[in-house]
Amino acid sequence: MIKNPSSTASESNSLITIEPPHGWVSLGLADFWHYRDLLFILAWRDIKVRYKQTVLGVGWAILQPLFTMLIFSVIFGKLAKLPSEGVPYPVFSYTALLPWQLFAVALTTSSNSLITSGSLISKVYFPRLIIPLASVLAGVVDFAIAFIVLLGMLAYYRIIPTLNMLTLPLFILLALATALAVGLWLSALNVKYRDFRYVLPFLSQAWMYLTPIAYSSSLIPEEWKLLYSLNPMTGVVEGFRWALLGTGEGAGSMVLVSTAVVLIILISGLFYFKRMEDDFADLI
Amino acid sequence: MSDVSIRIEHLSKQYRIGAVRQPYYSLRETLTNAALTPLRNIRSILQGVKQPAERNYIWALDDISFEVKQGEAIGVIGRNGAGKSTLLKILSRITKPTKGRAELYGRVSSMLEVGTGFHPELTGRENIYLNGAILGMRRNEIDRKFDEIVAFAETEQFLDTPVKFYSSGMYVRLAFAVAAHLEPEILVVDEVLAVGDAAFQKKCLGKLEDVAEGGRTVLFVSHNMAAINRLCSRAVLLNAGKVVEDGSALEVTAKYLSGAGEESGTRVWDLKNAPGTEELKLISIKLLGEAGKPVSVVDVRERINLRIEYRVNKPGLRFRCALLFNTQGILAFATLEPTELIRPKEGTYHSTVSIPPNLLTEGEYLVGVSIFNSSGGKMHFVALKDAIVFQVYDSMTGLSARGDYAQNLAGVVRPLLNWEGGIVDAIPPTVDS
Repeated sequence: MIKNPSSTASESNSLITIEPPHGWVSLGLADFWHYRDLLFILAWRDIKVRYKQTVLGVGWAILQPLFTMLIFSVIFGKLAKLPSEGVPYPVFSYTALLPWQLFAVALTTSSNSLITSGSLISKVYFPRLIIPLASVLAGVVDFAIAFIVLLGMLAYYRIIPTLNMLTLPLFILLALATALAVGLWLSALNVKYRDFRYVLPFLSQAWMYLTPIAYSSSLIPEEWKLLYSLNPMTGVVEGFRWALLGTGEGAGSMVLVSTAVVLIILISGLFYFKRMEDDFADLI
Repeated sequence: MSDVSIRIEHLSKQYRIGAVRQPYYSLRETLTNAALTPLRNIRSILQGVKQPAERNYIWALDDISFEVKQGEAIGVIGRNGAGKSTLLKILSRITKPTKGRAELYGRVSSMLEVGTGFHPELTGRENIYLNGAILGMRRNEIDRKFDEIVAFAETEQFLDTPVKFYSSGMYVRLAFAVAAHLEPEILVVDEVLAVGDAAFQKKCLGKLEDVAEGGRTVLFVSHNMAAINRLCSRAVLLNAGKVVEDGSALEVTAKYLSGAGEESGTRVWDLKNAPGTEELKLISIKLLGEAGKPVSVVDVRERINLRIEYRVNKPGLRFRCALLFNTQGILAFATLEPTELIRPKEGTYHSTVSIPPNLLTEGEYLVGVSIFNSSGGKMHFVALKDAIVFQVYDSMTGLSARGDYAQNLAGVVRPLLNWEGGIVDAIPPTVDS
């Protein structure tokens, strides 16, 4: 065999120490960095495989939020006549459904990600954090496709977004961070207690009604506003509407509260995940 | 920098048995336990978490210590459940030890199962990148080795076909090729040679040999003693989570096989259960090495004796003994006593055949015993298939029939024959002027 000294020279003096788990562990960021290619390849795999052997293919990325929007428009818009802050109800709900769909899919796939990758976990070493993170990232493509439909709707209803639109990536990031934060907790818990697999659909549904998607957050009484905005997705959805439709206040106190809540869940989730990581292979 | 590559100190791993698989239920279990489990769980939570009894735990690894030098190829052998897989999982960082520590000097790659992470819907090309990344390769590293991997796997024309359409042979070839082109300082390999056809297995083994000769450390787990002996200079034998032997691969594999049970190189029956008829009972069959002691593993260059003992219960019985040597699923040869002899008295007799050096080939032989009388209508007293099993290895000294040839040498026997050669007629340089 032709030896290629350059390829391994950089790592050849590394020492790996294997010890029993003890107390708080470091997050292993250097190791994570070494495996960064894997993160993108796994996300790419999920995207590539998601709509294989389906007739409509990526059409599903559009149809899911579109049908939900139609149902909402008929039930909440036409029948219940919920106020939509002066914006046509279909655009009002679709603008909220987009980040919600991004969040809900990312949450579900990341929470189940460790279990579906069980064979990998029990056979190969790599930073486990990559698995839920990759499944969160994979949802972004669906989001981008569904977003094109939103642009079409804005054009149809002749709504011209303001410069606020430039803040949109921040809200997308917040939605992904929320999904990852909760996903880290649930994926690790799911390995040990499969109950969480059944909790998840229920949680996701309840969460949707606690988020101003079908209705406007202006319906919430003022004294409940603070409690209400502890839900990070409230900030995301309100932010989306503000950025695209110009309703509400957008990057006000609600978003700050949301961000703070997400950071707390995310950091605690990271540590919980790292702590449980050592047992994954034995439990899965 | 020291020349130690792997240092294992007091490594132990405890597993909880039984309860480990509890957290998820099948539907049937869910239905039957539905009423009881929540009550039971809540009760146990209310009563505080009690430490389950010690008997629910087993030590899969129990205080293991050894060192592996850089460039050393070491075999790990032992029966199922001896702790081999647990050791590999710890060294591959898949699971953590309960006690003790291990130090690995350099990048580690493990092949616990080839094709881990292959996705059936993706093409061969895509899977090379996916699998390479899972095994810890950087993208540019895969780019660089891509052609080499494809050439090794011999799947050029199917690169853009989803691997779900691959034959199992192609699938395994591609998977092994990716794993084999990692360039770690330490390679941990589990039984990967159990897959694929014989030709590909040889190719894999050859590749592993290259890795070992390239100065990398190889830790190799296998049930194939011939492969261990060929690849490894040293071996450790695990039993019940402990290292019971550590030494040269030849000695350790021999010890392992000799301890593998009566069905190995020696078999002895008590008279009640002895095979045979009323007149004649087979008592024992033994494979004896050069020193006259029972063995189960022999060198191709070693003279061995096969000795059978039997009880004759009727004076004047006339018969002959035969032995049948099977390897690779076929009868390699049979040997028998040249004439039928009359045993005049009752008593215990033996018949021993000497097998010369350089007759048997490498691998496993099953020996059958037949004792019969063919003069007056054929009559079998004993007809026993697969009475004993033994292994033949080539210690690669260059003095066997192999010479210095290290690759697959087919055949069910391997006699050392004499070759001569010389020039017959020199062609003049100006022949086509």
